[in-house]
Amino acid sequence: MSDWWRILFAVLIWPGLLGGALLGWLLLWSTRKIMARLQGRKGPPFYQPFFDFAKLMGKKTILPRGTNRIIFNALPLVSLISVTFALALIPVPGNPMKSFNGNLILLIYLLEMPALCDILAGFITRSLYAQIGAAREAVLSIGYNLPFLTALIALAVHAKSTNLQVIMAAAPGPAIIFVAIALLLSIPARLRSNPFSIPNAESEIVAGIYTEYNSKPLAVFELVHGLELTAMVGLLGILFLPFTHNPMVSVAIYLLGAVVLVGLTTGLAAATARLKVQKAFSFFWSWGAIAALLAVVAVVIW
Amino acid sequence: MRIEWIDKLTKIARQKSPWVYHINSGSCNGCDIEIGPCFCPRYDVEQMGVILEGSPKHADILLITGPMTLRTCEAVWDIYAQMPEPKAVIAIGSCPATGNVFAGSPTVLGSVEPRIPVDIYVPGCPPRPQTIMEAIRQAAQLLAEGKTGKKQGVSS
Repeated sequence: MSDWWRILFAVLIWPGLLGGALLGWLLLWSTRKIMARLQGRKGPPFYQPFFDFAKLMGKKTILPRGTNRIIFNALPLVSLISVTFALALIPVPGNPMKSFNGNLILLIYLLEMPALCDILAGFITRSLYAQIGAAREAVLSIGYNLPFLTALIALAVHAKSTNLQVIMAAAPGPAIIFVAIALLLSIPARLRSNPFSIPNAESEIVAGIYTEYNSKPLAVFELVHGLELTAMVGLLGILFLPFTHNPMVSVAIYLLGAVVLVGLTTGLAAATARLKVQKAFSFFWSWGAIAALLAVVAVVIW
Repeated sequence: MRIEWIDKLTKIARQKSPWVYHINSGSCNGCDIEIGPCFCPRYDVEQMGVILEGSPKHADILLITGPMTLRTCEAVWDIYAQMPEPKAVIAIGSCPATGNVFAGSPTVLGSVEPRIPVDIYVPGCPPRPQTIMEAIRQAAQLLAEGKTGKKQGVSS
């Protein structure tokens, strides 16, 4: 296979669009199912997120008045493309794309795009609720990115490389535990699950950022959310879970890790109420900053 | 150009994932209290894929409780117009059907039917949650068959 075919395969099939979407739908379903079981309900069947997507794709799109049609439709697509490429960069077993120097930095940029597109989507639709949601997302992303980015920088310092393959193979030391804590702190906010469900605050500000989004663009945003979840799980999996040379065993370990992570975030979401945006921000810039600092110090010392 | 398997898939998907939006157009809150249990552990409509949405732009089915009043008439029409096609409307309880005990009041217009095309009427004052669930199921069926916009009574 030539390099272009490898990249195409990685982006479109595994671990990109197709594999990522299937896994993302499964993870979104497990979020809803675990939440339902914790609340004593039965919960949706496993194919639910797929049918939600198919239904939304089959509806007519309404363009809000005063909104640019091209930007309105392009934002979810830009978000989808960047998160798909981010997935293709993660060196999970079976990924045909070659790892290169600096792909950690590219991955960070690409993972930042969905949040940026969400903020823009909230502002361009000219709904008051969407604009409040977008402002909250902007503030929150400054908050959760402090521990997230610092932890990834600490990892790069630890492995003395910005190549994900090298970081993955670097000898795990006790410092990795502090890095993992700092990364885990930012995950619920990245996934916007309950204590940090501030930007998409359901029924508090109607539907947050997506208030005016409907039908096909909304379906793409839902898909992006699933892909983001897969990317987060995949990233944490390759960075912190034991690495084996048997691809099937590795995939099984990663899937187990995914279920544990989704279970933890959903348990947290079920047990807590929504924070104010000020509280969330000060949480990340106090406890998150301490965790990030500890991670960097631990990496430098050990 | 229409592709057959996509049409079939959309048809199944419409049946499996009806998202609802609930509006109170001046009801006494009795019917709203009966909608609540549908989403709670005993009945749990999420098994059928139903989600209570915060924005009418995400919804497929509009649940109306209460008679049309002078103050809510325009708001209800706005909400209905904001829902993307295809959409269905369920009138819950006796009030949206006839005005019930509020009929004849100077501030109440009565039935919602002249202003919004109702698909399914759920009788009762208030109706039981089982009947509301059955109405949502039948509305999803109507959405899948593309038969919304024609009046029916819920059969339970």
